Amino acid sequence: MKRHFDDDLQAFHSNLLKMANMTERSINAALDALHSRDAARAQKAIRGDNRIDTMELIIEEQGIDLLALHQPMASDLRMITTGLKINSELERIADLGVNICQRVIEIVEQPILKPLIDIPLLAEQAKSMVRQAIDSFVNKDEELAKKVILMDNEADRLKKVIQSDLLNDYIVKDGSTAPRAVPLILVARDLERICDHATYIAEDVIFMIDATVVKHHRDRLLTKAVEQND
Amino acid sequence: MKIKQLKEVLGFLALRLCMVLVMAILVVVFWDIVTKGGGAVSWELLTQPPKDGMTKGGIFPAIVGTLLVTLMTALLAVPLGMGCAMYLNEYALDCKFTRFIRMSIRNLSGVPSIVYGLFGVALFVEACNFGTSILSAGCTLGLMTLPLTITASEEALKAVPRSYREGALALGATKWQSIRTNVLPYAVSGMLTGTILGLSRAAGETAPILFTGAAFFLPDLPGSLLSQFMALPYHLYILSTQHHDTALVRPLAYGTALVLLILIFIMNLFAIILRSRLRQMKKE
Amino acid sequence: MPLAKVKIKISDFNFYYGQVKVIKGVSVEMLAKNVTSIIGPSGCGKSTLLRCFNRMNDLIPGARAEGRAEIEGVDILGPQVDVVELRKRVGMVFQKPNPFPKSIFDNVAYGLRVNDITDRLIIEKRVEQSLRSAALWDEVKDRLKDNALNLSGGQQQRLCVARALAVEPEILLMDEPASALDPIATARIEELIVELKKHYTIVIVTHNMQQAARISDHTAFLMQGELVEYGKTSDIFTKPRKKLTEDYITGRFG
Repeated sequence: MKRHFDDDLQAFHSNLLKMANMTERSINAALDALHSRDAARAQKAIRGDNRIDTMELIIEEQGIDLLALHQPMASDLRMITTGLKINSELERIADLGVNICQRVIEIVEQPILKPLIDIPLLAEQAKSMVRQAIDSFVNKDEELAKKVILMDNEADRLKKVIQSDLLNDYIVKDGSTAPRAVPLILVARDLERICDHATYIAEDVIFMIDATVVKHHRDRLLTKAVEQND
Repeated sequence: MKIKQLKEVLGFLALRLCMVLVMAILVVVFWDIVTKGGGAVSWELLTQPPKDGMTKGGIFPAIVGTLLVTLMTALLAVPLGMGCAMYLNEYALDCKFTRFIRMSIRNLSGVPSIVYGLFGVALFVEACNFGTSILSAGCTLGLMTLPLTITASEEALKAVPRSYREGALALGATKWQSIRTNVLPYAVSGMLTGTILGLSRAAGETAPILFTGAAFFLPDLPGSLLSQFMALPYHLYILSTQHHDTALVRPLAYGTALVLLILIFIMNLFAIILRSRLRQMKKE
Repeated sequence: MPLAKVKIKISDFNFYYGQVKVIKGVSVEMLAKNVTSIIGPSGCGKSTLLRCFNRMNDLIPGARAEGRAEIEGVDILGPQVDVVELRKRVGMVFQKPNPFPKSIFDNVAYGLRVNDITDRLIIEKRVEQSLRSAALWDEVKDRLKDNALNLSGGQQQRLCVARALAVEPEILLMDEPASALDPIATARIEELIVELKKHYTIVIVTHNMQQAARISDHTAFLMQGELVEYGKTSDIFTKPRKKLTEDYITGRFG
């Protein structure tokens, strides 16, 4: 039977996609600004965040209305609650993009400390995780979501490498490099957090698809894989 | 626990006894009439007028008379009774006055039939100048049946769900349209059932026609509405108590009783069939 | 979005059964081509209010209305109002499905016939249209001559909707139309209501708050004959302004 509720649900879903799109574009802009040391571009990305904040509120209200007015059950319920969670994850990712832009503005004002090698790698990792997390939500792709979760380890490793390089090779050896090294450490931390939020999105997507809780239970990812192989 | 069960069994037994007793009486009466009257019922009885001081011949004029007077009764009681019932149930406001009217109607059905007879003499025979006739007797019986007809018809109307009326009105029907197309069709068989039961009672009455039109003996059939007539119940009364040789005409009396019974049974059967059809319709 | 037109407007509206005041000073504006629901605890007067819009209360002795009630700015209370005409414009579906014990076809045609439409072709066309609008056509098109009482409860109620639509009303009043139906039939009726609001103004009384939430654009919360709160359904159910409304919709009542 056709449900008019489905129309409302569809509207909620497409707004979420819009939100995901905006967020992705926003962090891409931030990372481009970092890569090209472009302060103007960073400024522009910071200003664009308002639109994302507004969108977040719209989606939140939409989600609450759906819950209050339609009393959704089962997959509908999971779709809306995870949608609401993904909504705030996306907003946080966008905020972290803003943080990176602010660091970019600081960095640009100073001479180059060193050519960036690992940070672009981490940035690529973050971009790809966000991209794939969103894709897994759009396509309800559980395998892709699992892949995103497993990618998080690499992000953690990269962040640690960047952090210890900057600390040991620059700050410890020559304290005067700290003002140039610390923003880079912060950028790495923000990038790693973006990866974390992408992971949360992937976890939510898995819950949405088949109601399995993988959050705080990474082991279930593996057992599930085993079950499926049987 | 034991005592409880014993009480249950005894109570049930007592109730069953009541039923058996009533049935037994009915069966005895019926058996008596059928066995003694059965022999008397013949083609002659049904088609010939009484002969030789009512000791021979048949009861044909009485059968025709009863049928005619019942028809007259129906002509009066059916439209009047149904009309009253429709007014009371559909149009009249439920106020003290209508409640009083309703109560009066119920009380009227308890008035002894001989009183109706006297009233009929005063109103129809004398005041209206109908004389002793089928018309007077039919009107008297009609009046007597009215309370029953009205009450039964009102019940039948009440049994039509309110939602039929409301549904019709909500579609822009007028009150009369809603009653005509959506109430009466479903009430009419119930109304008729009550009316027929009333008529069959009237057909068996003696007292109201005693002074208003029934004749002791007529060799011919009634010529018009203003003629006197013979009637089965009155004829039975005469044969069993007023005849100079009641013992001789006892078989004839039994035969008359049986014919009257059958006539009334047929009417009641008709009512029962109507009612069962009504129930069927409601169930659907 | 263009500004919606006010279809039904009542102001300072009071209603009495004899000496008892059952609706107390209610003022509401209901928009055209919207679903407006009236909710409230049993006996709060929501059905009575609904039945004021097609003057069904006239049938009750001692019932009396006071104040103003208008449809498209025209008074519907006064003695000059042709009630039969009003009821053609304001259709009604009752709590319990009440098909007449006639054929499916005759049920839908009933309203046309009492309104003196006799042309068979017109009647047939209208019956089909109405049954289609009520999402019943496909289920009954091969047995229009069957007795309507043989339909299931949900089908009967949709038949009653079709019957009301056949008269081409502007407003459809629904008095707890799904309360006697099972969940599936209820869902169908709800979908139907949302579908119908494209063409009709719908006012629905429901004891089922969730139903009001699901299908209506505006909600009026009535208690003991008084209008406690009236507003957009999404506002009433997510951020009611009155404590009483909050308590009622959260089930913390009493």
